[in-house]
Amino acid sequence: MVQIVDRRLNGKNKSAVNRQKFIHRFRTQIKKAVTEAINKRSVTDLDKGEKVSIPAKDTAEPFIHHGRGGYRERIHPGNKQFQPGDKIARPEGSSGQGSQASDSGEGEDAFSFELTREEFLNFFFDDLELPNLVKTHLSAINETKKVRAGHTSTGMPTNINVIRSLRNALGRRMVLRAPYYDSLVEAEKQLEELLKSFDETDTAVILLRKEIEQLKEKIAGVPFIDTFDLRFDNRIDRPKPITQAVMFCVMDISGSMGPEDKDIAKRFFMLLYLFLTKTYDKIRVVFISHHTEAQEVDEDTFFYSRETGGTVVSSALNLMNSIIQDRFSNTEWNIYAAQASDGDNWENDSKECTKILSEKIMPHMQYFAYIEITKDRHQNLWEEYLTIKEQWNNFAMQRIEGLADIYPVFRKLFEKKTHDK
Amino acid sequence: MTNKPLSETSEWTFELIETYHKEIARIAATFGLETYPVQLEIITAEQMMDAYASIGMPIVYSHWSFGKEFVTNEARYRKGQMGLAYEIVINSNPCIAYLMEENSMTMQALVIAHAAYGHNSFFKNNYLFTTWTSADSIIDYLLFAKNYIAECEERYGEKQVEEILDSCHVLRNFGVDRYKRPSRLSMQEEQAKQKAREEYLQSQVNELWRKIPTKEVLQSNKKDHQFPKEPQENILYFIEKNAPYLEPWQREIVRIVRKIAQYFYPQRQTQVMNEGWATFWHYTLLNQLYEEGLVTDGFMIEFLQSHTNVIYQPAFDSKYYSGINPYALGFAMMTDIRRICEHPTDEDKHWFPDIAGSEWNQTLHFAMRNFKDESFISQYLSPKVIRDFKLFSILDDDKASEIAVTSIHNEDGYRYIRQALSEQYNLGSNEPNIQVYDVDRKGNRTLTLRHSRYHRMPLDKSIDEVLKHVVRLWGFEVRLETLDEDNVITDIFECKI
Repeated sequence: MVQIVDRRLNGKNKSAVNRQKFIHRFRTQIKKAVTEAINKRSVTDLDKGEKVSIPAKDTAEPFIHHGRGGYRERIHPGNKQFQPGDKIARPEGSSGQGSQASDSGEGEDAFSFELTREEFLNFFFDDLELPNLVKTHLSAINETKKVRAGHTSTGMPTNINVIRSLRNALGRRMVLRAPYYDSLVEAEKQLEELLKSFDETDTAVILLRKEIEQLKEKIAGVPFIDTFDLRFDNRIDRPKPITQAVMFCVMDISGSMGPEDKDIAKRFFMLLYLFLTKTYDKIRVVFISHHTEAQEVDEDTFFYSRETGGTVVSSALNLMNSIIQDRFSNTEWNIYAAQASDGDNWENDSKECTKILSEKIMPHMQYFAYIEITKDRHQNLWEEYLTIKEQWNNFAMQRIEGLADIYPVFRKLFEKKTHDK
Repeated sequence: MTNKPLSETSEWTFELIETYHKEIARIAATFGLETYPVQLEIITAEQMMDAYASIGMPIVYSHWSFGKEFVTNEARYRKGQMGLAYEIVINSNPCIAYLMEENSMTMQALVIAHAAYGHNSFFKNNYLFTTWTSADSIIDYLLFAKNYIAECEERYGEKQVEEILDSCHVLRNFGVDRYKRPSRLSMQEEQAKQKAREEYLQSQVNELWRKIPTKEVLQSNKKDHQFPKEPQENILYFIEKNAPYLEPWQREIVRIVRKIAQYFYPQRQTQVMNEGWATFWHYTLLNQLYEEGLVTDGFMIEFLQSHTNVIYQPAFDSKYYSGINPYALGFAMMTDIRRICEHPTDEDKHWFPDIAGSEWNQTLHFAMRNFKDESFISQYLSPKVIRDFKLFSILDDDKASEIAVTSIHNEDGYRYIRQALSEQYNLGSNEPNIQVYDVDRKGNRTLTLRHSRYHRMPLDKSIDEVLKHVVRLWGFEVRLETLDEDNVITDIFECKI
């Protein structure tokens, strides 16, 4: 009569389609919420979902129902002291149905729910106009390490695995000797029989002795070890296990950088950070802000402090160089840097920047990205950096006017990686 | 009794579920519970949330509103604001009941008794369900609807389908026949008929387009030639059959929403009875198991704790209060009917001469079969239950400056409270009474709806939003007139195209 069905292995995401429909319908509102969330988030804090709220009136589904007013009578439980005829002041904001109204979502102003990490990133990527390929394909670093991987029958003498080789030799010797042993045992038994009735000089005995001799020689003739037995430890190249990276965020905070420019820069840093998280286990972020002098600061100061005065970019590069020397020696750390500026620099300083970059910094870099956030013509730093771009192919530079321009900066990085493969 | 308990621990296994089910089914049969065959489905918490989002149905067409439901539940569940219900049961044949894998054996037994025997027997025997729903074919029909709507999305675009569904959902509660039995559902028939219906419906629409003046129209402009001839309460049905511009597939979607609303209509009218009946039987069946020594004391303590939570009724001034708990009221009334039958007091003999001292199980079954919440309360709410709940009535009249206590749980108030509570469960007076009144056939084809006020209650201001959706379906201007209790038009809402 009863049928028990185990549905647990059926797909659990039956609502996925409806969820997508919901998200699609409220794209604009959610996008706005995501943008706000990004502004509040730390650069290193991209890899999780987000609780977003959108205006409840947008998501409300209207239906026909009574409004307040009129004449209505309701029954309630739990009377304590009321007597018929008692008058009670009308409770604020309710007409007897107060508690039920909130079920329809009217009472609340915002409709909140959780976006998953994927959904959140999709919205984030959306703004940046990333092609799908890049979203999914994040290539690894091309350094490899030898790791042991079983045994092979060819190889260098230094890699001979003695135990394996001798075990093979032993096995081979046992197999090859086996037929001779059998014959030898047989022959010795016959000899024993013969000696009971004949003496040593009998022809049969002599022949048998000769045969035994030959068998013994054959057994001895099986080589102790053969090239055939040799086994070598095998080592293969495996991509170097994900290690650690440091990311330098360098930003000009002189008076000329406005909040919008900083927002663009922040998105750029976030994106770089996100790409790095795909590749490295451990990432340090160093924030260097500069005007005429450079300082290592924490994230809040980095994004929200504002100074006035001129700009000397080389100060930041010098600071970065000394931090690299002090804390991040090249062999242990993959170093990435992203510099954002409006391109304005003290005229004589730009030459200095080129010099520091090409001589001291670029040799240590995995990748250095420079973005010029300006709507005006290129500034002097741009011209200088062009020369570095020619020398180093892991240097990328891009002029950015809006969010959509951020992506091309990354393009180069990925072109390089896919090309190597 | 020397029976050995069926299990000692709270772990469940498939064998145990089968064993428990066998015992519960046996006891249910001795009490004369008549049910559809049972299908128990084990699901995970995530699947339970899926089921929630799709209004408890195993299959439902896709629409963003179900996604919205899902993300809300998910957020609340993650935050721990909401536990998941123990049970979802589907009015189908066989009757499908979900068991969540996280539940203990006790909870599984409780759900089996509550859903697979309580609700199930209610679905099979209550007159509203037998008259208005087709348990045999609902799953097929839902499957048909899902496929049909998916096909429409592909053919006509997701946005177009979504718009129609949005508008239909707005009128969902006004898409039910209240007095006429709907035709039975079946997937094969639906598919076969659907084509024929498309053509037929499209030809019917011509009533609105007829260019050659008939005698009738020539005669006069009097109101007795209005269309429809009589006001119609099923707005979606009227739109499906008469909206001039709807494409055949759009009519079919209107029909689907209407049919599903119809299927849920009895549930909305029998909350107290349905939950009361199921709660009464899980309580009775599991206690019987205990009496026969088939379950342990630990089992009973866990069960009773959960049972007590379910039937908890906070008082009106508690912060947990959100109206009368249908489980509490229903269980109290069912239990009280049994008490009146078995141990009637003088009061009961005076109030319920027919049932006092009668065979309780028969009386209870009779009540279950032939009533809905409104009539059930008006028939069976006893003074004792009113006293136990300390019920009192509050009148909120916008003409008075204060609200008033009209009656309480005393000798003078019993009848009044019983009447008022019954009225409170009358869907007809809770929902605005709106009917299709007229179509301006000779002019601009304006659709006129009429709202007859009840107790002077106005329509919520969201009605303007609602009318936009009606316009989308109707294709022409829509006008809504509100009539007061003397049939004088007091308000007019209009929505142009």
